[in-house]
Amino acid sequence: MKRRIPAGSRLRAMQRRIPVGSPLQILLLACSFALAGYAAVRLLAGDWLGVTLWFVGAALLHDLVLLPLYSAADRALVRGCAAVGRRERLLYVRVPAALSLLLLLIWAPLITGAVDRSYRLAAGQSTDGYLARWLLMTALLFAGSAAVLALRLRRAAKHRPPAAH
Amino acid sequence: MGRAPVPAAVAAYGRSMRDQRLPTSPDFWRSPLRGTWFTSVLGLVLLAGITVLFVTGLLSYAAYNPDLSPVNDQTPDKGLLGFYLFSWPTRPAWLYRLNQGVHVTLGITLIPVLLAKLWSVVPKLFTLPPARSLAHALERISLLLLVGGGLFEFVTGVLNIQLDYVFPGSFYPLHFYGAWVFFAAFVAHAVLKLPAALRNVRGLREERGELHAPRPDPPTVSRRGALGLVGGGSLLLFGTTVGHSFDGVARQTAVLAPHGGSEPGSGPNGFQINKTAAYARIDPAETAADAWRLVLTGRTGTLRLSRADLARLPLYSSALPIACVEGWSTSNQWWRGVRLRDLAALVGHDRPTDVYVESLQRHGAFRHAALRANQVGDERSLLALYVNGEDLDPDHGFPARVIVPAAPGVLNTKWVARLTFGDLR
Repeated sequence: MKRRIPAGSRLRAMQRRIPVGSPLQILLLACSFALAGYAAVRLLAGDWLGVTLWFVGAALLHDLVLLPLYSAADRALVRGCAAVGRRERLLYVRVPAALSLLLLLIWAPLITGAVDRSYRLAAGQSTDGYLARWLLMTALLFAGSAAVLALRLRRAAKHRPPAAH
Repeated sequence: MGRAPVPAAVAAYGRSMRDQRLPTSPDFWRSPLRGTWFTSVLGLVLLAGITVLFVTGLLSYAAYNPDLSPVNDQTPDKGLLGFYLFSWPTRPAWLYRLNQGVHVTLGITLIPVLLAKLWSVVPKLFTLPPARSLAHALERISLLLLVGGGLFEFVTGVLNIQLDYVFPGSFYPLHFYGAWVFFAAFVAHAVLKLPAALRNVRGLREERGELHAPRPDPPTVSRRGALGLVGGGSLLLFGTTVGHSFDGVARQTAVLAPHGGSEPGSGPNGFQINKTAAYARIDPAETAADAWRLVLTGRTGTLRLSRADLARLPLYSSALPIACVEGWSTSNQWWRGVRLRDLAALVGHDRPTDVYVESLQRHGAFRHAALRANQVGDERSLLALYVNGEDLDPDHGFPARVIVPAAPGVLNTKWVARLTFGDLR
């Protein structure tokens, strides 16, 4: 970057503040933008506003809504467990709850029955079973977690020296 | 990545940024899990997984033979993005079933990894100053395409397989062009980050980069424990989805996946249905024996054949699966009908040629479809009249349907009304 900078201390200061960075990286990103642009023109050929909203909205909704929500829920769970003095049992609620919510997040259209009409018409099947099966999966996850906890508690009780009582 | 100690001169500026109530402050982020090793492991898994998703996605696109006829082509303005298209083969017969099963099941399986990866790097979204250099500014713009594009692809895919068509447009162009936008950013990101990720995972250098919380909360789970949760989530999704590519007990294990659980019916016609006769608005009167005629057109003219006429032609059997773009498939069904190449020969095409297939179906994409000469010429390609020893039932395409090895489900046209043989290109 040995280019001669025109006189003017402000401009020079700005150039100092915002360096160019790696030219290879710029070249790579320029290639990436060229390809992305070529596809984006076609992606936006129809409902450009709707697609843009979905594209940007997906990132914003995830980063600014979904992630803070589940982080807050997890923090509340940690605090709750600490409040009742059962911090070591946090895991046994956290894991089944996270897995159950993950299933709900992905299969919400089927579990809530929102697509029942189109699913019935297309696949010839109803979405009726999905809610029940999700609840059953959730129950199984929590039951499995409880079973593991019970097993560990029993093992710990067996190995505990009598003096600890 | 390693940062020099903050000089005293900028400490005051630093303090004003370090209001820990704001996500722009590094102190806002308290999880002790975040760190370069955690992010690198997840990143490497996604690098491998998303590469497979992209390749299987491109193959699935080629499987439609979009360059054969406009009716197969949901993305006519693809331009250079169709550079790799080739004649989709008919062997092995399970090719599309495998390809699409991998694409969808792997995509579902990767969701926890994607979510964890995005969680692990979210502090970087808020990093100030917005750009340290021009290159860094471009990289951050590219990250919007990466994150937005990745989520767009996963969300449209997950909604499409649940038939929840709420996205703004047809699935094919959105998912296809969206994939290229995403992939462009993905490749750049991989090139920029792969060396550091490999270094971090090998543990050659313990980098305390910007991902580490400067003032972490006490840990509630180890990094390996957190990875275990992510892996457990993936395993759970895999275990409750993969069954949609099989029949019987295996399908029962796909408890939450579309076309998982039970079969829609019992008996020879009890297997999975993509579109019912009710959806296609097939009127039983038009498929009745005295009403329905197959119109065959070719070099020597046009023939009109009743179902009884067809049943008197030489009949052959093929054991072929139904495999849907949505990822589910059935195992081999026992189809019986007239070979497509025999029908071509009836109207003067002794050498295999392309065919344009039209259905009685009233609306929806792919009520017309084109098959290439190699598909017509395959001895297992049939205009099927029977399945598993019985007449096709209305939902499986009575009076007659096309079945071609290794072709995507929608190209196996049901309720066929007309076959026009001849070069389509």
